[in-house]
Amino acid sequence: MRLYQNSLTAAKERGQLVFLEGLKSCFDVLFGEEQHVGQTNPLQFVSENGSNLKTMYEFVRTSLIASGSDSWKCPVLLVDDLSILLSLGVRPVDVLDFIHYCRVAVCSQLKGNIVVLVHSSDDSEDEENELVVNSLCHQSNLILWAEGLATGFCKDVHGQLKIIQKGSSELKAERNLLQIYQYKIQDKNVTFFARGMSAAVL
Amino acid sequence: LLGPTYGTGSILENTTLEVLDFNLLPSSLNLEDKYGIYSNLLFKYFLAEGIVCGHNLFVASAKEDPADILKELPAPLSDDALKNQVDEKETAIKSKQESQESMKIAWRYQNLPRIEVNIPAASARFGHYYDVSKVVSPELLQSTKWHRFFLPEEMSLHPEIKTCNMTCGYTRLLQSIQRIIYQEGFDGSYPQKKQKNILRIGIQSLGSVLWGDDICCAHNPEDIYSLTKFLYVLRGLLRMSLSACIITMPAHLIQNKAIMERVTNLSDTVVGLESFIGSERETNPLYKDYQGLIHVHKIPQLNSLICDVSGTKDLAFRLKRKLFTIEVRETVFFHYLEPERWSKSYHLVL
Repeated sequence: MRLYQNSLTAAKERGQLVFLEGLKSCFDVLFGEEQHVGQTNPLQFVSENGSNLKTMYEFVRTSLIASGSDSWKCPVLLVDDLSILLSLGVRPVDVLDFIHYCRVAVCSQLKGNIVVLVHSSDDSEDEENELVVNSLCHQSNLILWAEGLATGFCKDVHGQLKIIQKGSSELKAERNLLQIYQYKIQDKNVTFFARGMSAAVL
Repeated sequence: LLGPTYGTGSILENTTLEVLDFNLLPSSLNLEDKYGIYSNLLFKYFLAEGIVCGHNLFVASAKEDPADILKELPAPLSDDALKNQVDEKETAIKSKQESQESMKIAWRYQNLPRIEVNIPAASARFGHYYDVSKVVSPELLQSTKWHRFFLPEEMSLHPEIKTCNMTCGYTRLLQSIQRIIYQEGFDGSYPQKKQKNILRIGIQSLGSVLWGDDICCAHNPEDIYSLTKFLYVLRGLLRMSLSACIITMPAHLIQNKAIMERVTNLSDTVVGLESFIGSERETNPLYKDYQGLIHVHKIPQLNSLICDVSGTKDLAFRLKRKLFTIEVRETVFFHYLEPERWSKSYHLVL
């Protein structure tokens, strides 16, 4: 969003943000000049027709460890969007392995967080995708689920956001906390409100 | 889906038209109707609009010579012809209104203004009109810079290529598009000598067997990822350049629904066309003036993670004399004796 564009560029410059642009990397793999020895493109698997995300994981790990020595704390890995990997020929088990390795590196070792975006729908017939999504939901502490309204299109309420927070202890069988908000997307902002409390209605 | 924003009034509503500028959206996917007739029409409209706007074109096909496709593009309507066309429509609607009985329950709508017709100047106009009964003039075609990709020709000219684990036809197409984008400077790799221009790419019947893909013939195709890989890489090419692309795809032949979901996710806009030819709807009186339905599966929404679905879901199209029009079905709930009516025309801007 425009509001954050400048701060993201600045963050990139001072090393706070490492941005892997998949579309561009993929392009480089397929149309770029031959890679120099020692340099491996995180999306190498696309040209090798493989399903091995090891180089991508290495990229994540080295990017975060490089910054670990600086003052930046608690790294965050943002993945947008994991469902695409399936379209590129990666098997679900390899996608989940990748996330698992990232969790070990980012969450356990570096005390950071991972945020992953996936696409899904109730009537989806994409079994591989649903497998990945279900597995991720199972592993996640917090799920943000954005969807359109069940009643259809509305120009004042663009959608609904469900926030599911897992109980902190499975042993105590704490219940998951569920909150539902509706939202409207504006030019540089998003407004959230309780269901039925859209400004248009009040 | 639309605008020029004139001719918006209808006697029932006074809503604003949603204007969807296809130019902002790099990739737009057009799911073919069963015989490919109407999707081909939209494909041609997209290219014709490129000619009228002075854009460069890249036309790719595995079955038809791109030169033949271009020769059949619809001719733009001149301003006079346009005014006549709109006048005709206004007359038709006026006479229809007069012949109806005055509305019994919906009396409050009777006094709303009728259609206003103001034709803005061509330069100010967003989108243009085309006469499908005429083809574009050779002079206009000659003044257009365009590039071709005809698969049978490419296979014979360049038998050996470096593969990237995608169906051979797709690999060649990607390489060709990338080469043109680079050579003509659409990616800003070297400054364009003239003013910056847009490359309009049209790919016909992607996914069909003619491209070497078996996704249309088998539930479990041999290389199930070819098509989605192609779309992903294409998306990257489009994002990195000043270009927009329309793709027609015979979705009704693709049995694997998971693939279709992924294809939808990889596209910015997805529109399905359902023609009435050969279906029971052909004889349904409700649809008597129309040739098919339009299903808007996906429209992008800026600044959002999820796509938008338009408020209007019942869209039908009609090809009558010169114009291809899209109309919304409205059920007049409060006048239940009146059969369901179609109103609120949209004009598709490609």
